[in-house]
Amino acid sequence: MNALKEYIVSFFSGLGSLLTGMGVTIRVFFRKKTTEQYPENRETLQMFDRFRGELTLIHNDRNEHHCIACGICQMNCPNGSIRVISQTLTDEEGKKKRVLDQYIYDIGSCLYCQLCVRSCPHDAITFDTQFEHAVFTRSKLVRQLNHPGSTLEVKPKPVAPKPVVPKAESPKVEKPQGEAPEAAQAE
Amino acid sequence: MFLNTYTDSIDFNAAREWIHTTLSGVMPAWGVTLTECVLVGLCLLLGYALIALALIYIERKVCAFFQCRLGPNRVGPYGTVQSVADMVKMLIKELIHINHVDQFLFNLAPFIVIISSVLAFGCLPFAKGLAVLDFNVGIFFLMAASSIGIVGILLAGWSSNNKYSMIGAMRSGAQMISYELSIGLSILTMVVLSGTMQLSEIVERQSEVWFLFSGHIPALIAFLIYLVAGTAETNRGPFDLPEADSELTAGYHTEYSGMHFGFFYLAEYLNLFIVAGIATTLFLGGWMPLHISGWEGFNAVMDFIPSIVWFLAKVGVVIFVIMWFKWTFPRLRIDQLLTLEWKYLLPLSLLNLLLMTLVVALGLYF
Repeated sequence: MNALKEYIVSFFSGLGSLLTGMGVTIRVFFRKKTTEQYPENRETLQMFDRFRGELTLIHNDRNEHHCIACGICQMNCPNGSIRVISQTLTDEEGKKKRVLDQYIYDIGSCLYCQLCVRSCPHDAITFDTQFEHAVFTRSKLVRQLNHPGSTLEVKPKPVAPKPVVPKAESPKVEKPQGEAPEAAQAE
Repeated sequence: MFLNTYTDSIDFNAAREWIHTTLSGVMPAWGVTLTECVLVGLCLLLGYALIALALIYIERKVCAFFQCRLGPNRVGPYGTVQSVADMVKMLIKELIHINHVDQFLFNLAPFIVIISSVLAFGCLPFAKGLAVLDFNVGIFFLMAASSIGIVGILLAGWSSNNKYSMIGAMRSGAQMISYELSIGLSILTMVVLSGTMQLSEIVERQSEVWFLFSGHIPALIAFLIYLVAGTAETNRGPFDLPEADSELTAGYHTEYSGMHFGFFYLAEYLNLFIVAGIATTLFLGGWMPLHISGWEGFNAVMDFIPSIVWFLAKVGVVIFVIMWFKWTFPRLRIDQLLTLEWKYLLPLSLLNLLLMTLVVALGLYF
């Protein structure tokens, strides 16, 4: 009796699940198709945001970027596609400062792994959605990403002192505790 | 009776008589018969090829739409010339000679498959006055003719001298023999209701109400069983395990190339059309327009549509449902396939036959 009941129940539950499946597919049938007819819709093509087209150094409208030439992206690149060439400048106060000279990116050996973008401490680089990379010579694949004449974006002055105050206070509290034994040992 | 009032806007009977009288005027009786046979044969083969091309295009489009794609859209407007281009390619391809196969059977197999499918195709009543083979055991002949195809498939698998082909052919054999029972029983159910085996008579008797509606519950069950078993008969998904591309490369037609492969391909699509055509004839009123008793205006509008359009539209709907099955359900395993037939469909169709007999005996149909 139990077997008969199971036979009948399984028959109708199976039928129900088949109808559920057919319901899903018919909804897909009438959905807008995802295919992009690329060469024809080149003007209107919208790539999705997460697409990794090519690496770009973000410049604002004053031709300034965030790159401090620390070289972390270069160290993280598994294929050595990035070369950060920096130069040392001396400002009016006599302070030496490292600034970006050339940001060289070889798209021909890029893995699009995004390790450079992830590791950048200043969010200076990103991948844009440009994907038409075909060129006739390999040398054209090596590009300089910083625009000519671009400079490091200088943070507005008034903002700078504010974070300094709490930072200066907190070490003061900790320092006596931390430094006291060291000082004693040194003496 | 609508039988007498329904006059088709395209009258094939008049065309047939005109050809007959015109030919009789210029040649002797045997010449007339011969010419007419050749003409009918040409029309059949032409229709066969055109329908196959259309079906291949439709299948690719429907498949694409179920997968959220666009499908063929490069050759001609909306890709409509795609299957013609494919046919030209198929025709000019080389027939590769394969060593160590049974040459005679290997070359014979595709012809057996295609002949059985053309024979079955010839039985279908396409429109008012447009049926080639029409006699008192038409549905019986249709079943017998369409079953010959399995011999071709078995021969193809056996003569290919290839394990995959052999497995595919054996699966196909087991499947066809099993599902033939369900198809036969569901057709028998409808024959009980119609009281005739002549296809044109079956259509005529549905001039007021289609059998699917007049036979209500047992007819509906028979229709569903027929759809499932028909899908299995045509070796289409989810019952496509004789071909099972991922396991058997292509099953029984792995070794075939060029037009021999083309014959299998054509026959596969035409069998789909034939299965849908039989479903239309038995359940959906063949080429009869949809009539609702009492709605005179509606019936008049329905009568205005030519019968060939009715037939093709109904076949199209059934074909769409079978394609919908294919692109929804995953492929069955061979034991699941046989379980479905022998443990579920066969008892159900036997019970259904009994139910239909009771319904007809007690006069409970419309």
